[in-house]
Amino acid sequence: MPVTTIGTAQVHVDAEGFLTDYDEWSEGLAVQLAAAIGIDLTAAHWKAIRFLREDFKAQGETATIRRVCTLGGIPTKQLFALFPKKPAKKMAYIAGLPKPLGCV
Amino acid sequence: MKRLLVLGGGTAGTMVVNKLRRRLAREHWQITVVDQDDSHMYQPGFLFIPFGGYRPEQVVKPRRRFIPDGVDLVVGEIDRVDSAANTVTLVDGRELGYDYLVIATGTSPRPDQTPGLLGPLWRDGIFDFYTLDGATALARALPAFVGGRLVVHIVDMPIKCPVAPLEFTFLADAYFRHRGMRDRVEIVYATPLPGAFTKPIASAQLGSMLDDRKIIVEPDFLVEHVDEQAKTLVSYDEREIPFDLLVTVPLNMGADYIARSGLGDELNYVPVDKHTFLSKAHGNVFAIGDANNIPTSKAGSVAHFSVDVFADNFVQYVAGRPMTGSFDGHANCFVESGDGRGLLIDFNYDTEPLTGHYPLPGVGPFGLLAENRRNHWGKLAFRPMYWHLLLPGRPIPLPAHMSMAGKHQPDAKE
Repeated sequence: MPVTTIGTAQVHVDAEGFLTDYDEWSEGLAVQLAAAIGIDLTAAHWKAIRFLREDFKAQGETATIRRVCTLGGIPTKQLFALFPKKPAKKMAYIAGLPKPLGCV
Repeated sequence: MKRLLVLGGGTAGTMVVNKLRRRLAREHWQITVVDQDDSHMYQPGFLFIPFGGYRPEQVVKPRRRFIPDGVDLVVGEIDRVDSAANTVTLVDGRELGYDYLVIATGTSPRPDQTPGLLGPLWRDGIFDFYTLDGATALARALPAFVGGRLVVHIVDMPIKCPVAPLEFTFLADAYFRHRGMRDRVEIVYATPLPGAFTKPIASAQLGSMLDDRKIIVEPDFLVEHVDEQAKTLVSYDEREIPFDLLVTVPLNMGADYIARSGLGDELNYVPVDKHTFLSKAHGNVFAIGDANNIPTSKAGSVAHFSVDVFADNFVQYVAGRPMTGSFDGHANCFVESGDGRGLLIDFNYDTEPLTGHYPLPGVGPFGLLAENRRNHWGKLAFRPMYWHLLLPGRPIPLPAHMSMAGKHQPDAKE
């Protein structure tokens, strides 16, 4: 796994830049990851990011958009407004989680 | 007397009772299977019905015929599972007790979950093909189509047989060519995925096959509603795709009784260990086939390979021994590409679909991720095998675990 520097932190990432170690993530890092893809984090963003972090800790998998909507209580339409075009992928990237499996 | 109760007499449930009836002594084990009706559908056959390839009666047989002696078939709709009391209640009030429960009620298309799908255009300008009724209605509508924009559409993943929408698209392209009207039909493939398929190598190959056929791909398209007046799909990020004929794959969900029983995730799939199918919540409940949440394709081949592993494991488990079998996520799917040709893909949890030959290295006869006629004939030959070998649980000479033999490693190729 390649190691990259984000801000001052050394973190492990996969080929697409997703963090590979759950515990290397921090809220400060999230701000920088978000900035790297052109997103300025607001309270609404944080609600989604925190849900993803908690859900991953419990389930061991990155939540799908549908899961964030039904269990996290954030409407899908809002997720598309917060994380344009590819909300599932962008949320996972900022939350320091693996890219969602989506489909197989 | 121990009681094994299997919910669902489809592909997975039928194989489970056939394999376990042979392994569990009749004087010690009672086996019961519940289904809501007595019609077993050969679901892979639905794909060909819109194009006149099969008649409905070739893909439906009585379930009863495939349930072995010594297994009770109960026909009734399931109301709920009480996993504390180890009972299952049917809608008509009957109650069935169990010592071990196997959930195999699959997944179903749910057009009711997308606003605007089930309006006046349903099965008039909007069709599905994952049900016998939908495929049959489409078989009547296609010959009457005079041209315009055909949109093939997937609401969300996961869906059962995730290659079927691509197959439908390839077959539609060939169908309109044969009718001499392909230049009057614009074909659009609208998918919530970033490309034709999820896994990179297969996505590139299948994507270039769409390009070759002048099929327009609309990726990352997550539908919010269908505007029936304007005959338009509208996505959450406000993109619009107008259609003259819409062939959609509705949201797939597990059975509603799973939600009522508190056994499912947000799509009513039962969370299980991905190697043994044992419920993460209950030590005497398994879920197998499309009904569980394992991260591989929802497909008959997966159900088949799963049951091969499960049947031996179950015998060990009920004897108090550790389960030694471990399912690897193996899936094996023929992909029709039109004009009597097809592809084959073979993959598992760790290995994406690769090019090569199957099952014998260098020989085949089937080509992996490559179009040929043998793959098409393999697909057609599977229907009688399904009824006569697979469902009765007879041995088929294809190993449950995926093999790397005959596959080209991506590094070696480049």
